[in-house]
Amino acid sequence: MKLKTKFLLSAAAVSSAFVSSAVLAQASEQFIGLPSYRVGAYAAGGSGIYGGWIDYMQLINEKEGGVNGVKLTWEECETEYNNARGVECYERLKSKGASGNSVFQPLSTGITYSVLDKVAQDKIPMVTIGYGRTDAADGRVFPWVFPMVTTYWSQNTAKIKFIGQKEGGMDKLKGKKIVNIYHDSAYGKETIPLLDAQAAKYGFTVIHIPVSHPGNEQQSQWLRVRQEKPDWVILRGWGVMNPTAIKAAAKVGFPREKMVGVWWSGAEEDTVPAGAAAKGFIAAGFNVAGANYPVIKDIQENVYKKNKGNMEDKNRIGSVYYNRGVVHGIITVEAIRTAQAKFGKGKVMNGEQMRWGFENLAIDSKRLKELGAEGFMPDLKVSCADHEGSGKVKFQQWDGKEWKVLTDWVDADKELVRPMIEESAAKYAKEKNITPRDCSKEG
Amino acid sequence: MQFFLEVLIGGLLSGVMYSFVALGFVLIYKASGVFNFAQGAMVFFAALTFVGILEMGVPFWGALILAFGAMVLLGIGTERIVLRPMVNQPPIALFMATIGLTFFVEGLAQAMWGASVRGLDLGIQDEPIEWMMETTGIGVSKFDLFAAGVAAVLVTALALFFQYTRVGRALRAVADDHQAALSIGIPLQTIWRIVWAVAGFVALVAGLIWGARNGVQFALVFTALKALPVLILGGFTSVPGAIVGGLIIGSTEKLAEVYLGAYVGGGIDSWFPYVMALAFLLVRPEGLFGEKHIDRV
Repeated sequence: MKLKTKFLLSAAAVSSAFVSSAVLAQASEQFIGLPSYRVGAYAAGGSGIYGGWIDYMQLINEKEGGVNGVKLTWEECETEYNNARGVECYERLKSKGASGNSVFQPLSTGITYSVLDKVAQDKIPMVTIGYGRTDAADGRVFPWVFPMVTTYWSQNTAKIKFIGQKEGGMDKLKGKKIVNIYHDSAYGKETIPLLDAQAAKYGFTVIHIPVSHPGNEQQSQWLRVRQEKPDWVILRGWGVMNPTAIKAAAKVGFPREKMVGVWWSGAEEDTVPAGAAAKGFIAAGFNVAGANYPVIKDIQENVYKKNKGNMEDKNRIGSVYYNRGVVHGIITVEAIRTAQAKFGKGKVMNGEQMRWGFENLAIDSKRLKELGAEGFMPDLKVSCADHEGSGKVKFQQWDGKEWKVLTDWVDADKELVRPMIEESAAKYAKEKNITPRDCSKEG
Repeated sequence: MQFFLEVLIGGLLSGVMYSFVALGFVLIYKASGVFNFAQGAMVFFAALTFVGILEMGVPFWGALILAFGAMVLLGIGTERIVLRPMVNQPPIALFMATIGLTFFVEGLAQAMWGASVRGLDLGIQDEPIEWMMETTGIGVSKFDLFAAGVAAVLVTALALFFQYTRVGRALRAVADDHQAALSIGIPLQTIWRIVWAVAGFVALVAGLIWGARNGVQFALVFTALKALPVLILGGFTSVPGAIVGGLIIGSTEKLAEVYLGAYVGGGIDSWFPYVMALAFLLVRPEGLFGEKHIDRV
């Protein structure tokens, strides 16, 4: 055999060994596609949430060697919070990894709507934690969509409960006036019917005042607030609309202690720009802020000390958005564990198996304690019919420097919300000719 | 009546805030006939650079000078790389170039200083003046009055600069005709560099004022949206026009939102100024103070 032939054969053997080891490595890796946004108007939120999420997955790899030995791998695709790019990212990511993308979490209601039909066709579960389509909580109609932890409708009822508590009881809401300052978009308008239903139920008056995108000028809206003299203001904002609203409230002398924001109004990014005016502002959240939770300390110990952390600005570790990313990580990893418990420990889960994992996910307080996340996020129990799984939020107040937890977990008014979810989902099923699943037959 | 006055005064002062951004557009259009689509991005870049330098421990005035220096460099770079190769190209080509510049400046700002939202405290409280509130019941923000004062100084300085300095006169000559200005020895490149630097300074002032109000964040680029109807109304070539246009737009949008908004579902302050500007275009296309353009046919 000539030298050249020998060399070529050896090279082929070495490269095939590399290829097969790469294939083997990929076969034992769980791929998670991340349609993130780190540039553009919403980069502050995106970089925090995806940073926390990646750090948690890195923690599992570093500390446990993956989920039962299955390493977690991921790839980011920049959406810039743009629907068209979100769909492009969905298509780009769906076939990656040993068994394709195992879950799609776009962190955008618009992208959620854009790929709603696609995920069912491609059998990839879509998890929308704290955003997306509320009626997708009815898993009988939306088997592939999981608006987990809590929906906008649930949190809105929790807000009214909180206001009721502050007033001294739900019966004290009668005769009160609440102004709902909302982002003039589908997201902003989503809670209007629910607030109207609650106003009728408890006897308070609700006035809806829209703010056009982006909301960087709100003087007229807040002069109206001053004219109306409400007892409380609900802030359903997004982005620059939040600090602008807080500052405008200060300008017309409305007390920030009487302003309650949605969780997209309750991050450091919303209060810090408002400066001293934000002191006293309250917001709902399905996760709390703070770096003193064991799970966050674990990340710092096992990820950042090894220089494997994702956050460029380490001061953001423990912020509301960062911790929300950790919640995304916990839910994703626990769903993989749940799926593996049924379909085989140490195996890579495909989309269908992951869907089962999400649908049977149960994170009780004992498990939260084991994860180092007790009080960090609410307990969660998802089922075939209920893809929300919790509905609880805590209320936090900005003290001028940081968020302080004001309450324990406040549950949603499920008696009011669930029938509305089912009614809306049934309407969707009729439009799309979907036969709802019979959950009693689901294993 | 008291409430009407409060809405009106608040609107007029908001209009001054819009004028800050409109001024940047006017300067560049006046000197080069280019509608600079990147003006909003420049406001963002300037404010983010200022806050970024401030975070490094540099004192306020030092940060202001360094941020201005960065804007001068950006202006020189724009002239050298974007504008110089496009001398005598149709205005639409220059406009398209500024669209590209927008994306570059936005990306550059975030690449340099990160995407985090920052607060900015200029030491002026955005709260109503107490004695006025107590005696008249009308709330006028201290910060708004401060902004109005800054605008007055800025406009006076710019008007004097354009009217009474050699560079100012050269700027006006370049605006009238690039080639004619070149033929009589006016250095076009130098003039463009100067005007982009001055526009950069105006962007820095606008960025500081808007950043102190709403935070230094990407949304500063959207301030440009508020400036467009101001420009149509005041005229693309008039510095005082940018102020008067701002006052008209600010006051009418607020009055419309408060008194008409409730009848049409609210949230009309985003589109009402554009409708007004459109109506104005039909009557006076050059704007209130703009130069009437007459073509020989």
